[in-house]
Amino acid sequence: MTGPQGLGVRDLSVTFGQTQAVDHVSLDVAPGEVVALLGPSGCGKSSLLRAVAGLEPTRAGAVSWDGDDLADVPVHRRGFGLMFQDGQLFAHRDAAGNVEFGLRMAGLAKPERRRRVGELLELVGLDGQGRRSVATMSGGEQQRVALARALAPRPRLLLLDEPLSSLDRALRERLTGDLHRILRRTGTTALYVTHDHDEAFAMAHRVAVMAAGRLLQVAEPRQIWQRPADESVARFLGYRWFVGVRALRAAGADVDAADDATVALRADSLRLSAGGPLKAVVLDASFSRGGTTLRVDVEGLGELEARAFGATELAPDAVVALSLEPEVALLPGAV
Amino acid sequence: MTVALRTRAASRVGPTAAVVLVGLVPLAFLAVFFGWPVAAIVARGVVADGTLDLSGFTEVLARERTWEVVGRTLAQASAGTALAVLLGMPGAYVLYRCRFPGRGAVRAFVTVPFVLPTVVVGVAFRGLLVEGGWWGFLGLDGTFTAVVAALVFFNYCVVVRTVGALWSRLDPRAEQAARALGASPLRAFWSVTLPSLAPAIASAASIVFLFCATAFGTVLVLGGPGYGTVETEIYQQTVTFLDLRTAAVLSVLQLLVVTGCLLAAAVSRRRRESALRLQSESTVDHRLRRGDLPAMAVTVAVVLGLLVAPLVSLVAGSLRTADGWGWGNYTALSTTGSHDALEATVWEAALNSVRIAVDATLIAVTIGVLICIVCSRRPRRPAARRTLSAFDALFMLPLGVSAVTVGFGFLLTLNRPPLDLRSSVVLIPIAQAVVAIPLVIRTLLPVLRAIDERQREVAGVLGAGPARVFAAVDLPVLGRSLGLAVGFAFAVSLGEFGATSFLSQPDRPTLPVVIVRLIGRPGVDNLGMALAASVVLAATTVVVIGLAERFRIQTAGADL
Repeated sequence: MTGPQGLGVRDLSVTFGQTQAVDHVSLDVAPGEVVALLGPSGCGKSSLLRAVAGLEPTRAGAVSWDGDDLADVPVHRRGFGLMFQDGQLFAHRDAAGNVEFGLRMAGLAKPERRRRVGELLELVGLDGQGRRSVATMSGGEQQRVALARALAPRPRLLLLDEPLSSLDRALRERLTGDLHRILRRTGTTALYVTHDHDEAFAMAHRVAVMAAGRLLQVAEPRQIWQRPADESVARFLGYRWFVGVRALRAAGADVDAADDATVALRADSLRLSAGGPLKAVVLDASFSRGGTTLRVDVEGLGELEARAFGATELAPDAVVALSLEPEVALLPGAV
Repeated sequence: MTVALRTRAASRVGPTAAVVLVGLVPLAFLAVFFGWPVAAIVARGVVADGTLDLSGFTEVLARERTWEVVGRTLAQASAGTALAVLLGMPGAYVLYRCRFPGRGAVRAFVTVPFVLPTVVVGVAFRGLLVEGGWWGFLGLDGTFTAVVAALVFFNYCVVVRTVGALWSRLDPRAEQAARALGASPLRAFWSVTLPSLAPAIASAASIVFLFCATAFGTVLVLGGPGYGTVETEIYQQTVTFLDLRTAAVLSVLQLLVVTGCLLAAAVSRRRRESALRLQSESTVDHRLRRGDLPAMAVTVAVVLGLLVAPLVSLVAGSLRTADGWGWGNYTALSTTGSHDALEATVWEAALNSVRIAVDATLIAVTIGVLICIVCSRRPRRPAARRTLSAFDALFMLPLGVSAVTVGFGFLLTLNRPPLDLRSSVVLIPIAQAVVAIPLVIRTLLPVLRAIDERQREVAGVLGAGPARVFAAVDLPVLGRSLGLAVGFAFAVSLGEFGATSFLSQPDRPTLPVVIVRLIGRPGVDNLGMALAASVVLAATTVVVIGLAERFRIQTAGADL
């Protein structure tokens, strides 16, 4: 087989002693595509990434690029890029020296190296700061240098291992946007490991949800969000209550789904609305992120959570009306 | 198939084959210059006429003298260790928990005795305690007390620095919580701080015990006639009585003591490394308070009485001649002493010492660096990991072996065919290198081990092959610590006496050998020359270490 097919992972297993870190995983990443590996810590996503890089010995299975098996290609000849959570910059080189490293390894001439370093520093928003010592840079700046270093040799595939996890929330949200823009603009093919679903959904064309060494579901973000493959995927995404379609209809809600399907609910799924079809008694109310989170006892469904927006004073025992969000998350079959 | 296997192996960042090759050189070196001599000692003790014969053991162990010597060695080591810890604890507190002007200078000064050649320490105390010396009225010359005092002088800083390093970073909030719960300062120290310091105290104590039990130069110079420890007894039996079998049996006993100390040190070090809650230093220390006075008083007394006095008395003594103050002892260094005590002048010996030290440093640093490179690899394959940890344990073996054992082993093996190095100029440098290699390893290995493995992985992914990964990640770090390792190796070799005393030839002595010979000869002139030569040796050592310290970078784990 020839032609651009990108990364192919077939039936890959990685073991540490008795532990099966990666358990017969198969996954493709097409050229130009960004795939996020999403899962809780310890699920094997970093091991899978390291095996793709050639840093982790594999027990079984194959990693290929454009159809060519990579088993005999050592780490430094795979032409991949790698970015760690904590940058791992070379402390004894300045920012430009770090970015330049891969270009020197590739044997580029000095003028070209200099041009490319300038280009990359500009891309990550650090133009003119190449001579700075990396030790004096903030965490966000260090991650930008790490990204520039990884992108400089134009890797066939960029591997990112929780690249934003060590940053504080505000910085992380800003860099998520920047990283998304940079990956799209450069058309980089990437495998992005994260445990944060907001980050995964924002960054990736497709998301692969992983748990206990296995892939549970691989799909586009919207698909994953609205049609989780099963309860464990849904729970990982933050869905906390599972209610049968029949029960919801009996309680008064209008759901567009098969009779035997299950609806996955989180606090945001139910909204306080004057003419809503569901009747509930407020048990408890607490302020959160621009609204109020209510613990409610819904008639016919039991205890759930709902959200209210606007300056509504809600005392316990108040009787309220709720409506369901228009596009609910559905699981096939009963849970 | 083999090709595929090889490239598969190469896909690790650490190239197995290259590492094995690098490891073979030090392995061969230590096998010939450490393993063989030690094996020869053991063989000499248990084999007679080609058959296993333990009668040597039973015979030596039946002698009263043996038990006297073993008992004195253990008593001397126990007393030295106990005193060093008791006096060192207040020192660690004052120098690492309190803030006062001049603290840095005092910290640097307490390290000086530790880097001094053992022979110089012996001579300094001798000069203090002989009749006519400042403390001559105590009548301690040649006694057990004199030896123990010199050992505490030498090891005080081991306790202060090891315990202080941990103390200075101990989270003070645990103690504050205890105080808030109603504990008195003493009670809070006893029940909260002391247990946290225990691993460092145990680690320091086991190292000090090891140094005290294997002390040779100091004991030889300070101990009176008939005063023997296992180390000096091995030397006497070999050089004076030519009873190699007894010396071998005693060496085996000594190896057992050393191994015990090393195991204790390793266990406590591991416990110390399983980190407590540590803070960066600056947040923890405080200005001197009234409650610190007792600790301060003890520390001032120790520093002035035990550390400063012998050194000042040494310098003063070297400037004192039969006709009053003057440089006479120093000008005499270009002679062979009164009554021709020596076969070469002191300056010739000094030059010889420097030549030997240069060779020994070259060997020790080369072998040490190779060992560190191998032992700092972190292979991912379980089989490679197991091989490496076996390697690691093997390389650590010479870590605590006494210099006397090295010298004696060389005498048994390398002085005769098939490898006759007796008249070779490399014999003494190699012996000194074996003694210095552990120090090189202790300086460099923690630095290399502190490199995050992912640094190497990043370089690999960016296209650097194994050799370039090493050049880009390991080499810069290694380079910055190499100066310190070179300095340590040079200083150790310059002052080395235990191994050299077995191998030195009368017409080509080293400086420490000359000093011991001078002090053993009658005559005030010879004692004065010994003092002057000691000052020269001490000053050189301190300058070398001082220069090397400038290359030091902050490293976790390298506390000595």
